[in-house]
Amino acid sequence: MAMISVRHLHVGQRIADVSFALEAGGVLGVIGPNGSGKSTVLQSLAGILDYQGSIDFDGHSVETLTPRQRAQRIGLLPQSCESAWSLGVEDIVALGRLPWGDQDPDAIHCAIDQAGVRELLGRKVDRLSGGERARVWLARVLAGQPRLLLADEPIASLDLYYQRSVMEVLRQYAKAGQGVILAIHDLGLAARYCDQLCLMHHGKVHALGSPRTVLTEANLSAVFNVPVHVNLDSDPPIIAPG
Amino acid sequence: MAKLTTSMFLLLPCIVAVLSLATGSTPAPIMSGLLDWLAGTDSAAAIIIGEIRLPRTLLALTVGAALGMSGAALQGLLRNPLADPSLTGASQGAALGAATVFYFGLFPAAGAVAPALAGLLGAGVALLLMLGLAGSSRPSMVIMAGLAISTLTGALLAAVLNFAPNPFAMQELVFWLLGSVSERGLDHLTLLLPALLLGGVLIWSQRRLLFGLSLGEQVAESMGLDYRRGSRLIVLGAALLVGASVAVAGSIGFVGLVVPHLVRPLVRHRPDRLLLPSALAGASLVCLADVCVRLLPPGREIKLGVLTALIGAPLFIWLVWKDRKRWL
Repeated sequence: MAMISVRHLHVGQRIADVSFALEAGGVLGVIGPNGSGKSTVLQSLAGILDYQGSIDFDGHSVETLTPRQRAQRIGLLPQSCESAWSLGVEDIVALGRLPWGDQDPDAIHCAIDQAGVRELLGRKVDRLSGGERARVWLARVLAGQPRLLLADEPIASLDLYYQRSVMEVLRQYAKAGQGVILAIHDLGLAARYCDQLCLMHHGKVHALGSPRTVLTEANLSAVFNVPVHVNLDSDPPIIAPG
Repeated sequence: MAKLTTSMFLLLPCIVAVLSLATGSTPAPIMSGLLDWLAGTDSAAAIIIGEIRLPRTLLALTVGAALGMSGAALQGLLRNPLADPSLTGASQGAALGAATVFYFGLFPAAGAVAPALAGLLGAGVALLLMLGLAGSSRPSMVIMAGLAISTLTGALLAAVLNFAPNPFAMQELVFWLLGSVSERGLDHLTLLLPALLLGGVLIWSQRRLLFGLSLGEQVAESMGLDYRRGSRLIVLGAALLVGASVAVAGSIGFVGLVVPHLVRPLVRHRPDRLLLPSALAGASLVCLADVCVRLLPPGREIKLGVLTALIGAPLFIWLVWKDRKRWL
């Protein structure tokens, strides 16, 4: 049974008839041009946007869950995130426990280690670099121990080292029996780290399946409107404008 | 650490309250005065402590607590350290309500409590207008609506001042608007307390939302927090707090703006942990300012609102200066 199964999802004029499913332990990458509806899909799964269609989580409709129960199971790492206050790294990570209403030290310390932010403890979040901050935001979501983690472009504006480190964390998180759905622009990393890809175009699913079936030159050229060169057999995979 | 900070803040108003009970033109023993007053004895100390200084102290404490807490709540909700409780429009509404009493002589049966009663009504009307204007929009628009109603009631207040029936009424009105907790009794407190308790409980119930909002609306909503409902409850709570305090004590400026800034570093900048310490620090600050009012040489008394503004403005300039240097 799929961990999450999305059928005929519609959100206003933004996305139409989006369907996919994800098994526990899998990473699903949502790819596509800017404005194709990637963030909208994640936000409707997270319960932020109203939608039509059905979303089943562990065999039951998410509508049967209270917002709090849903937040305990599904965690969202939004695309842009800024702290209004000069909070400490520990407090940001502890924020992830809000849906549970506790300060479970085990969950918090586990998240700190998973995201590799232990050396940042004791520092203020407004004094961190962009890459350090991205890992702290990730630790915040991990602290909530969601069964399904949604990450909206978690590696945008990160350097190569942090791109790889964040992707490794997400991959490991899925491997431990959870699910990860991420919106991602870097198709090379998507090919390398995702089990399944969902290629969006004008709010609809253009292609869905394994990286090898989705990342074809025909699919990508049609969606991105530029010739694309694809070589998935090289290590790492190469996907670049032709 | 958080517990230590809270207990430290609990101690502060107690010390200031004792100081306030002990301060006045005539020396009077606090304990025996209080005991006499409780026992109903008609001694001079009982009248001075129980009838004059106790209501004044309790009013200063509650008004300060209301302003401190509403400032902390609104700054947390709007994620903006410059948010001020007067943004809800309730304070100008309360001022207008009270002003009409001086102008039209409303509620003659209520006696000295009439301005406060009319102030509460004014705050309530302003609040309803604000919520009606804002409809179901986002909190930033709710505050815009508050500002619009505040501008309207400010204009009406100016008109009331303009057409004051005589110079004495105008002087009385202006002095009242400058803010004071003197010459008020415990009946003022009974008027103020229900509004303050309700406002405080509304805000307190939403402290998880305030913490969640630190990282923005999306994060708060994704953590299962009801942002739309919660933000309305916070604005309503803040408006109740500030409307009720202005209704009873006039405008006491800068407390709601500055106190959360002073307290924030002591609670590691957490907006949810800021509420109670801000209330306690606001209570202490207003009560201490009122003690200073009484310590100044006799003659024309400086109004409490004037003094808090005179203390608050340089403090605010210092905070801006300190923050500016941090970002240089």
